[in-house]
Amino acid sequence: MAGKTIAEKILSQHSGQDVHAGDVALCDVDAVMMHDANGPISVRVFRSMGGEKVFDPKKVTVIFDHCCPPSNEKLANIHAFMREFVREQGVNFYEGGRGVCHQIMVESGRVKAGDLVIGTDSHTCTYGALGALSTGLGATDVATVLKGGKLWFRVPETIRVNLNGELPPYCSAKDIILNVIGTLGADGGNYLSIEFYGEYLEKVSRAQHLTITNMVVEMGAKCGFTCHSGLGIAADADASYLKTVEIDLSTMEPAVAKPHTVDNVCPVTEVEGIEIQQAVLGSCTNGRLEDFETAARILGGKHVAEGVRLLILPASETILKQMAENGILSTLIAAGGIICTPGCGVCVGTLGGVPADGEVVISSTNRNFKGRMGNNKAMIYLASPETVAASALKGKISDPKKLPEFGGAGD
Amino acid sequence: MQISAKAIVYGDDINTDLIIAGKYTKTLNTNDLVEHCMEDLDPDFHQKCADGAIIVAGKYFGCGSSREQAPIALKNSGVKCVVAKSFSRIFYRSAINIGLPLIECNTELIEDGDLLECELGGNILKDINRNLTLHIHPLPELMRNILECGGMVEVMKRYGGFEEFIREVKKRNG
Repeated sequence: MAGKTIAEKILSQHSGQDVHAGDVALCDVDAVMMHDANGPISVRVFRSMGGEKVFDPKKVTVIFDHCCPPSNEKLANIHAFMREFVREQGVNFYEGGRGVCHQIMVESGRVKAGDLVIGTDSHTCTYGALGALSTGLGATDVATVLKGGKLWFRVPETIRVNLNGELPPYCSAKDIILNVIGTLGADGGNYLSIEFYGEYLEKVSRAQHLTITNMVVEMGAKCGFTCHSGLGIAADADASYLKTVEIDLSTMEPAVAKPHTVDNVCPVTEVEGIEIQQAVLGSCTNGRLEDFETAARILGGKHVAEGVRLLILPASETILKQMAENGILSTLIAAGGIICTPGCGVCVGTLGGVPADGEVVISSTNRNFKGRMGNNKAMIYLASPETVAASALKGKISDPKKLPEFGGAGD
Repeated sequence: MQISAKAIVYGDDINTDLIIAGKYTKTLNTNDLVEHCMEDLDPDFHQKCADGAIIVAGKYFGCGSSREQAPIALKNSGVKCVVAKSFSRIFYRSAINIGLPLIECNTELIEDGDLLECELGGNILKDINRNLTLHIHPLPELMRNILECGGMVEVMKRYGGFEEFIREVKKRNG
């Protein structure tokens, strides 16, 4: 029998059986994450299953991030309902404003390499950058785990993605993952695990790794891992892969996902010059300190173009504090940035930042579906923090390669 | 159980934001979801669904968010079943968990308004108008058992726990 991929190892360990791709495994779950958007329905389903006490309160974390602070009484009452559940069950809890659930799970040390983690959010796959098999599930599957601590998983086949060569300075992890999604397609990883390899992953920080694993669900993947020497878990050398995809980083251009699908990817040069009304920097995809440092480098001492609203969406309160301490926050405010509550509202169209009919948004978030930001008549383009900052400065979609900061001549 | 209804045909990659937008999902009353189901995709959806319907789509139906409100909104709107070339992973699990039947098969020849018939758990789908017999890619055995039980809540209520259910399924299949 061939060696194991990371997914096969983790699911074998958690089922107590020797499982391989295609098998169905009944597994013990290490951590459950619920947010204020889909957590309340999970609680309701848990109760209708006859659930009284969760399987292990220490392993359950409730985080408010989608509707914070609430904009109406209905949302406020849903929060109250969840706070009551938290009190009654004694589970871990983070109040609204502390940040996006995924960043909190990463910062708080609640996830470690080799863990099996589930969450009520599709971007739960983010923790693959920490070596955990983490995946998003619907409310009923989450409720099943709340009750018994176990769930069935189909052991996924794995695609190996080799990131070859050196990434140009005007590109970052977001350009890599957008290019991979553009290559494989929106369903190119459906039901699968993705393992990323390459010297690049040894050189860059965890923030870049998190950007990559955050978006594997945008090609349908169950989970993804940025494999490097510090991951804490590794696949066997003779593990078997569904296929191997080679990505050349050295020739990579800044990438943009055009409306209305994430795999509608092109080089920024193809859409350069399209006027924008809103730019969004942040989220669980690109809302970490170094993303804002990059933006501050581009926007420092300057101001966004007239007619552009630049929304700043830190991934957590911790990051917001760090931004305040090192001066990035005041740089971005001076450049015209509007500081939003650390959380998800702007990205998912539940709170603030809704674009008007016909408006164009460039955003460092992870989804550009029609209606995503709350208006189905708006156009959302996804890009890296470099491209979003460059575009905010010019008032139109712009190529960061041309900025003097990256050795370009400007224009 | 026999399912029989008219087809409403949509394209590829129908995502969960189109099925029910994020701004409408924050509710504990799942009947609230019905009003806004499919509103960004098809303004006539509810009219077409009035007497029950089967949604027919291309590849990768239900992609995007993990919101279970998407299959719930469809079921509560009167959708009896979704037929597609393929489904997104989370939607696939969630729909079966709430007792919304899914069928994977080649949907290219089915047209809007065709009368479709199938037996739940069977292996063919009939298009009465076009006199077609389409072969279904069967549900994995575990999921078929969950669906036949009426969904995961029923499983947990009836068997007390998921492990007990799996033991019972294994016993039944020898």
